[in-house]
Amino acid sequence: MLLFIAAPIVSVVIQSLFTPHEAVLMTVENCGPFGCKEETTIDQDATRELREAKPLGRFVWFDIYTDRGHLAFGEVAEAWNSSDSYGAFFSKLGNLPFYRAMAFTLTYTFVCTPLLIILGLMIALAVNSLHRHLKGLVIFFSLLPMIVSPLIGSLVLFWMLDSRGILGSAIQYLADDPNLSLKASTPLTWIMLIVYGVWNSAPFAFVVFYAGLQTLPQDQIEAAQIDGATRWDRIRYVVIPHLMPLVTFVALIQLMDNFRVFEPIVGFNAEAHATSLSWFIFSDLGGETRQLSAASATSVMTILGVAILLSPVLIRTWRDFKAKK
Amino acid sequence: MASRAQKTPASVFLLSNGFVVFWLIAAAFPFIWTLWGSFKVELDFFSIADWTNALTGRNTEATYGEPFTGAGYYGAWVQENFWRPAINTFIVCFFVVCTSLTIGTLGGYALSRSGYRYTFWLLIIALIFRAMPPITLVAGYLLPFFEWNLWGILPTTIIVLVAINQPFTLWMLHSFFQSIPKELDESAKVDGCTQFQAFRHVIIPVMWPGVITTGLFSFLLAYNDFAVTTMLLSEHNRTMVPEIAAFLGTTQTEGNVMFAVAAVVSATVPLFILVMFFQRQIVSGLTAGAVKG
Repeated sequence: MLLFIAAPIVSVVIQSLFTPHEAVLMTVENCGPFGCKEETTIDQDATRELREAKPLGRFVWFDIYTDRGHLAFGEVAEAWNSSDSYGAFFSKLGNLPFYRAMAFTLTYTFVCTPLLIILGLMIALAVNSLHRHLKGLVIFFSLLPMIVSPLIGSLVLFWMLDSRGILGSAIQYLADDPNLSLKASTPLTWIMLIVYGVWNSAPFAFVVFYAGLQTLPQDQIEAAQIDGATRWDRIRYVVIPHLMPLVTFVALIQLMDNFRVFEPIVGFNAEAHATSLSWFIFSDLGGETRQLSAASATSVMTILGVAILLSPVLIRTWRDFKAKK
Repeated sequence: MASRAQKTPASVFLLSNGFVVFWLIAAAFPFIWTLWGSFKVELDFFSIADWTNALTGRNTEATYGEPFTGAGYYGAWVQENFWRPAINTFIVCFFVVCTSLTIGTLGGYALSRSGYRYTFWLLIIALIFRAMPPITLVAGYLLPFFEWNLWGILPTTIIVLVAINQPFTLWMLHSFFQSIPKELDESAKVDGCTQFQAFRHVIIPVMWPGVITTGLFSFLLAYNDFAVTTMLLSEHNRTMVPEIAAFLGTTQTEGNVMFAVAAVVSATVPLFILVMFFQRQIVSGLTAGAVKG
């Protein structure tokens, strides 16, 4: 029996450990001169030489992390010293690619998540009061934005929002500006991406909240009603507290998913105005040079970001688990 | 139950129904629009002069003599060989689903039946892996794959997708197996079954709902993946989603965006059918994790 339980676990451990191990090992040992942007001329020789000698590259500690493409300590310090106000400092910071990607990723994550929770909750409440036969149909259509590939979904929206597409024309008409293009301005691109993110993930929140509403105890609602609670009061003081665990769950999942926003940027062709950490890795990996070490450095920092996001949940799960023992 | 006190006032009723209609339009209209537009020529789908052109298909009629045309589909499937990525997609999806379900079932069952502390750590590790963007892992894969000459072929991608998928499968099946009472195994063992026989004859017959749900989600992951498949597959072995992205790169200059539109519609159709048939499983899968908290 021990063997039977242990063997799958071992296989599972290998399976699940397999992935990150490689990534982590790579970055520690792989901090070679592939990606150092200051030495582009030496790069050719170094690459050829390394291919024969050591495929992993030269060991350079954290140099990759601090070069201009990533944390850019030197540039940050210089910007800090030379600028007299916080505004100037941050605008200089925004010119560094890594911080720009970081800024978009964080904005996207923390704007999208609350919005889609609110939208999902509203849809769930509205659908819940529908007639029984209509519900199935509504759920069917609601699932569509979530189930299609992010790339496909964003392309579909992108074509509609194109200045020659139907929504794009509508917006031009509304704004009374025939030259308005969502693609040309940075704030509008960000808004477009965030709208896409909400559209894409709201169904998930909706389905979860809808399932939660099915377990809502009817007598509590009635009791609240007898106590004179209005419709809004009932939602505020009975329904929402009942759904609170689900809100945490959805928020957690969506924080993780939004943090790795990537496909919409490709789909919307928006990399000139908004880049995310994932896209940053992707562009390092793609292209002719395949800057593996630069990409790995960003990867490690992204993983750290995810870990920071996750840490409150991990602590809570650990407490729950200990309490169960 | 529905007493008069619980009846919805007309204003609230209108408001909530209006909101549902609004959401339905927001959710479904883009797809209907794209489906409709995929049978037009580019001048109609992206209409500068008049947006009603997209509805009536005036330019389409001028070019082909009728308001609908399959030119986009012909271009995508025949000229650009879109059938090849389609076949690749189904090979990848099939093997990913099979492999990850096999490992996931065994692992999930074992984890749910073992009371040791390390199961907790395994699940937490799985959760962390689930949270990591797949693209961060690709960086780690590329170099060894180049070294061993494994880059660009389907089996490698299948293995990587399985590995990325595994934490999720494990979580789903773990919580599913926990909802199957332990007494079932125990009574089987009292009747003289070994652990494996208990699994084979008692658990397998009752586990199908959970396995189907998990399989659906593995399928979706493999089908929708863009980051891994773009980076790991060579041009001839591309699956559908990266192929569409490649269309955008090559066809935008030739003015053949309609190829990409047609390809997008073609790639959405299987998902559409999937949702139609498995709606209940998808919903239950989404909520399975949630209700347990």
